[in-house]
Amino acid sequence: MKHTISVIVENKPGVLQRVAGLFSRRGFNIDSLAVGTTEKPDISRMTIVVDGDEQTLEQITKQLHKQIDILKVFDLPYEQAVERELALIKVHANDKTRGEITQIVDIFKAKIVDVSEDSVIIEVSAEKEKVESMQKLLEKFGIQELVRTGKIALQRGSGK
Amino acid sequence: MELTGAEALLESLKHEGVDILFGYPGGQILPVYDALYKVKGLKHILTRHEQGAAHAADGYARATGKVGVCMATSGPGATNLVTGIATAYMDSIPMVAITGQVGTAFLGKDSFQEADVTGITQPITKHNYLVKNAADIPRIVKEAFHIARTGRPGPVVIDVAKDAQVHKIDFKYPDSVDLPGYKPNLKGHPRQIKAAFKMIDIARKPVIYAGGGVIASNAAKELLEFAEKCNIPVTTTLMGLGAFPDTHKLSLHMLGMHGTAYANYAVQECDLLIAIGARFDDRVTGHLPTFAPKAKHIHIDVDPAEIGKNIKVDVPIVGDAKQILKDLIAKVEIEKGKHDAWLEQIAEWKKKFPLTYKKDKELRPQYIIEMIDEVTGGEAIICTEVGQNQMWAAQYYKYTKPRTWISSGGLGTMGYGFPAAIGAQFGRPDAIVFDIAGDGSIQMNIQEMATAVNHKLPIKIAVLNNCYLGMVRQWQEILYEKRYSQTDMCDNPDLVKIAEAYGAAGMRITKVDEVKKALNEALKIKDRPCLLDFRVTKEENVFPFVPPGQAINEMLID
Ligand SMILES: Cc1ncc(C[n+]2csc(CCOP(=O)(O)OP(=O)(O)O)c2C)c(N)n1
Ligand SMILES: [Mg+2]
Repeated sequence: MKHTISVIVENKPGVLQRVAGLFSRRGFNIDSLAVGTTEKPDISRMTIVVDGDEQTLEQITKQLHKQIDILKVFDLPYEQAVERELALIKVHANDKTRGEITQIVDIFKAKIVDVSEDSVIIEVSAEKEKVESMQKLLEKFGIQELVRTGKIALQRGSGK
Repeated sequence: MELTGAEALLESLKHEGVDILFGYPGGQILPVYDALYKVKGLKHILTRHEQGAAHAADGYARATGKVGVCMATSGPGATNLVTGIATAYMDSIPMVAITGQVGTAFLGKDSFQEADVTGITQPITKHNYLVKNAADIPRIVKEAFHIARTGRPGPVVIDVAKDAQVHKIDFKYPDSVDLPGYKPNLKGHPRQIKAAFKMIDIARKPVIYAGGGVIASNAAKELLEFAEKCNIPVTTTLMGLGAFPDTHKLSLHMLGMHGTAYANYAVQECDLLIAIGARFDDRVTGHLPTFAPKAKHIHIDVDPAEIGKNIKVDVPIVGDAKQILKDLIAKVEIEKGKHDAWLEQIAEWKKKFPLTYKKDKELRPQYIIEMIDEVTGGEAIICTEVGQNQMWAAQYYKYTKPRTWISSGGLGTMGYGFPAAIGAQFGRPDAIVFDIAGDGSIQMNIQEMATAVNHKLPIKIAVLNNCYLGMVRQWQEILYEKRYSQTDMCDNPDLVKIAEAYGAAGMRITKVDEVKKALNEALKIKDRPCLLDFRVTKEENVFPFVPPGQAINEMLID
């Protein structure tokens, strides 16, 4: 089962290594990990998508909590969170296919951010599943390159 | 007060109550050693290998309960500390290790004797620091000691760049720490404690399973009171030896792979297991799904991550063992005679399956341990190496006080015992300190004989010399059809001569009737170490033995 956890950390050297090291040495699976600073410059937020049962999730949370530089760890259940992932997708495009690609881009409320003679770069920001279905639809045109940020998430409403 | 970073480091140590540290100098820590030359009130013990310094700091910590401190230079000095840091980490021992690092301008350039010490030690420390600014030194030292000694204790590394040792700062030692991400929970939750009461109340066959956490939290007195008040038998882990007196009628002694049969039977039969400062390690539980199959579990631990890590718990109580035991003692009432039938059953097991060995004309290692117990009146500090020697020392000496058993439980580090004994002897100068050793292990840090001789430490090194890497040989005998691959030590050097070459005393004992006399003689030697080379039966095995992966009641008894 996939879980999204938010990890609030002090922005100190080595903290990313601590988290990554902990996951690898305890055999926890990371699906994706996104890090960036928060509203406070000395605090960063990591959004980690992990795969595991309840017990594994509990261990991950507790082990993360033990790290001195980690301030808060919390699970973000899907219904309580706004989740997004950003992807840049470079797809083959020519005069024949550009129209159809543009249609798909519109349906997904995505954007074309670069156009060249034989390709376009599409920017999409959506829930992970949407990004994935868009990717699928674009496959037939030939995806040249693709990059995804991994999921980021915030709790809805006034919660932390 | 204006001080260099190096001077500030030493001043900070003094503010933390440090009066002794173990170390070895080198280029990138020279400013600190230079400051050490002039400083007052700090004793530095020069070991002969950095690994020895780390184990000595660890042994000092275990014997005294204080934070042990060791120091080394960058690169190879620091990497030589690694085994010692990992050893302390696995056993939750409070330690601060200080290492020199190349100057900040040289960091990341593969400079001479540069090693990524914070990277290397990250998985084996509670926390670590790379200090690039002298001004950070007082705060970091303060934090390091706080982290090392509070909550679940553990080692902290402070890696200090050379220029940070040299720069001048205006020294002021902070009086508090500000660590928003570190707030160990010490007080047990009242609701959980109440739930524990209920469970204790309905149990008919309870067992207490006490680990090193009881010693770390100085809760031996409370454990005794709790066990007596509730009339519940107590088994300890290897790390918990000394947390409960082996001589007590409620004592089941050690459980697990080489535990007593009656401890293992009691755990397998009990209907309530009260784990206190223990972590359900595989050497304790054997085959996990069959461990204590009939029991409800209460788990008391200061580290929330230990709860539910290996085993499902019915009542978890996160907090300090001492505090929680006090809460339990204050309210628990057990009706008289409630556990009599259970204790009778246990008494029967004790009678039927005692710890025993063959008593004949041969010089058997178990007998030597019994004699060490006898001549020291059970009052010695027993350090051990790793292997059969360690297990016999655990089984046949009667531990009655905390901090008298010093052994590498979690990592199982050969070569630990002797330097740890050095640290213990410095911490407890009046105590009789033994290192129970194997012929293999003692050769892993034998160079520390020079340290012990230099400081006139009257440590007794009792080598149970079986000319084998005995424990590995035992596994090969039982699990690999006697294929003794690379475990024969028949070309051991003359250990008595080695001791003498260092200026220590040495004795060789080959017969049963020489043992007591030799030990008494050794006890008279007060001005230097004494190595006793006991030539024991070569193919003796440690029993009981639960083969790995088996249920703990499926043990081989002999
Ligand atoms: C540093 C290290 N290397 C290897 C081992 C694996 N090992 C465990 S016990 C043992 C044999 C120890 O031999 P010895 O010190 O003679 O003790 P004995 O078992 O014979 O009493 C070995 C090699 C270890 N625990 N530590
Ligand atoms: Mg041996």
